[in-house]
Amino acid sequence: MRVYLDNNATTMLDPEAFELMKPYYCEKYGNPNSLHQFGSESHPALRKAMDQLYAGINAGDEDDIVVTSCATESNNWVIKSVYNDYILHGDKNHIITSEVEHPAVGASCKFLESLGVNVTYLPVNTDGVINVEDLKNAITDQTALVSIMWANNETGMIFPVEEIGAICKARGVLFHTDAVQAIGKIPVDVKKANVDFLSFSAHKFHGPKGIGGLYIRNGQALTPFFHGGEHMGGRRSGTLDVPGIVGMGKAMELAVAALDFEKSNVRRLRDKLEDALLKIPETFVVGTKEQRVPNTILISVKGIEGEAMLWDLNQNGIGASTGSACASEALESNPVMEAIGAEADLAHTALRLSLSRFTTDEEIDYAINVIYKAVERLRAISSTYAYAPEWHVSRL
Amino acid sequence: MAKDSLIGGSIWEEYSQKVQDLMNSPKNMGELTEEDAKWMGGKLIIADFGAESCGDAVRLYWIVDEKTEVIKAAKFKSFGCGTAIASSDTMAELCIGKTVSEAVKITNIDVEKAMRDTPDVPAVPPQKMHCSVMAYDVIKAAAASFKGVDAASFEDEIIVCECARVSLGTIKEVIRINNLTTVEQITNYTKAGAFCKSCIKPGGHEAREYYLEDILRDTRAEMEHDRLLAMSNVKVEGTHTVNFDDLTVVKKFQEIEKVIDENIRPMLVMDGGNLEILDIKESEGMSDVYIRYLGACSGCASSSTGTLFAIEAVLQEKLSKNIRILPV
Repeated sequence: MRVYLDNNATTMLDPEAFELMKPYYCEKYGNPNSLHQFGSESHPALRKAMDQLYAGINAGDEDDIVVTSCATESNNWVIKSVYNDYILHGDKNHIITSEVEHPAVGASCKFLESLGVNVTYLPVNTDGVINVEDLKNAITDQTALVSIMWANNETGMIFPVEEIGAICKARGVLFHTDAVQAIGKIPVDVKKANVDFLSFSAHKFHGPKGIGGLYIRNGQALTPFFHGGEHMGGRRSGTLDVPGIVGMGKAMELAVAALDFEKSNVRRLRDKLEDALLKIPETFVVGTKEQRVPNTILISVKGIEGEAMLWDLNQNGIGASTGSACASEALESNPVMEAIGAEADLAHTALRLSLSRFTTDEEIDYAINVIYKAVERLRAISSTYAYAPEWHVSRL
Repeated sequence: MAKDSLIGGSIWEEYSQKVQDLMNSPKNMGELTEEDAKWMGGKLIIADFGAESCGDAVRLYWIVDEKTEVIKAAKFKSFGCGTAIASSDTMAELCIGKTVSEAVKITNIDVEKAMRDTPDVPAVPPQKMHCSVMAYDVIKAAAASFKGVDAASFEDEIIVCECARVSLGTIKEVIRINNLTTVEQITNYTKAGAFCKSCIKPGGHEAREYYLEDILRDTRAEMEHDRLLAMSNVKVEGTHTVNFDDLTVVKKFQEIEKVIDENIRPMLVMDGGNLEILDIKESEGMSDVYIRYLGACSGCASSSTGTLFAIEAVLQEKLSKNIRILPV
């Protein structure tokens, strides 16, 4: 049996979205900017897709949703162009973010630091969430941008974006949020949250890979990241990925329609898995169930290194994730794990399980069984967990 | 390696079949007890290395014949990734049947080679070499416990890169002989820093006592110092009848100008540079000499490191230990 529990990394493309994409590869392959029927025959589907994207996050017609290659591009664009527009060619010199952002935000901010920008990295509590009081205290008249994620990719913890949006509005500071892990899991409303910029990636909500978007509030200026043409109203050049946009639009519509299912059924399966795993002694999960998106569990299993756990799960057909340094190509420990769980050795023992609306009861039952067996085997090997079943003490 | 490095996530594909098999079913995993030791007629040794908070920890059990010092049984337990488990298992296997003194000579490279499927293909990807280092370190800890000595006594030189076992002496020698200027060159010449990269600079997978960046900088400074001293044909006469420190500022200025003119300026001019003395300030028994680099010297990377140390060293040697050079 193969069970995919790594939906925060990427998701399966929804087959319904895939069907809609197919004609735009070999039949209706024209460039939508061309002045002939080959180009224009893609327009109805593109308009429909844009409607679906706007409806999905409650954007107004006066706002822009610029299609990009992914949220990494969207995040880079906002941060570097705010630098260009408000710091390099303006009188600001400060950006506020959190310690647990995705590297697309974190590393972009580090890059700006190397150019002389002051960056405040707000700390998080043991649940992995920032304190809004810290944000209030960090904002100065030098602050150009606040960039705080909507939900965390590792822990699933939901950030108080509405409060953050209100604070930023009151203080006249631009607010960007990386909503990659929120869309399709919880309601995302750009108006309620008062955001100026919002990034997303289609492949995190059962859309195709290599396409995403950046929401830009009503006429807000932002120097383009990609120069070179008049696509996307001059905001982002590059020939439109027609099948990608069509697939992303449909995926957004389906994901938003499935939010109730996410809240009920995905949550039920996630809680079933979580409750079963917490019966294992010396385990803990970051954050309460209510504070998290409904599909994510970040669990620490004492005495078992994350990559060893992934190995055993993979041997049994289960795909999951770990923030363990040992599992990274560069042996770098995950800053999110370090920020929230240094004391608990979370940086080495974390296992992330993330479900989707396609996950079944049968799959969760199987996963529970496999994880129990992996814990028994690996804790028997472990030198840091005092656990010695009868079969393992030598009888020479 | 460029093409192969563009798509990530392949570390598991680089594990040898032996490593994978040992990860799934380690042969020597488990504990040895006093009962086992009594039954075998040997001494039980238990040694630990690493900690969970570091990401790797291993415990080694030996039963050693106290007369022959032969390791009659070895088992391990390990907190770590799969390669740490496989390396620990192989290490325990290699210990069995050897004397304690022989076991201490097992290196991490022996452990890694024993896990290869074919002699010329590494058993693990570069960043996993440090797992075998831990296996090696715990042997030293066990041997130290058995012999009642300090584990450091088994190491006769300072090892900078544990993965490739490259010593401080070797690295300094390679920098000097080949006139190396970058860490990448050191890695290419010695393999130091090619694996887990912890020894390149602080902040890597584990903290180290020596880092390649520091060694390179210090060795380059030493080389620059030696070069300037050699070129200046120093004749240390020590014939100053009056102590430099007791001179007036004007006199000091003249003395320093003379030494710079004779010993330092010729070398700087040869490289298209120069310097001027701006001021001398006396404070707390020190003479602070403010200088400004001219020509090629201004903007030269070593003008604030190697060259500066060398100028200071020459003036201190010829005039007074209490001279400090401060470039403006």
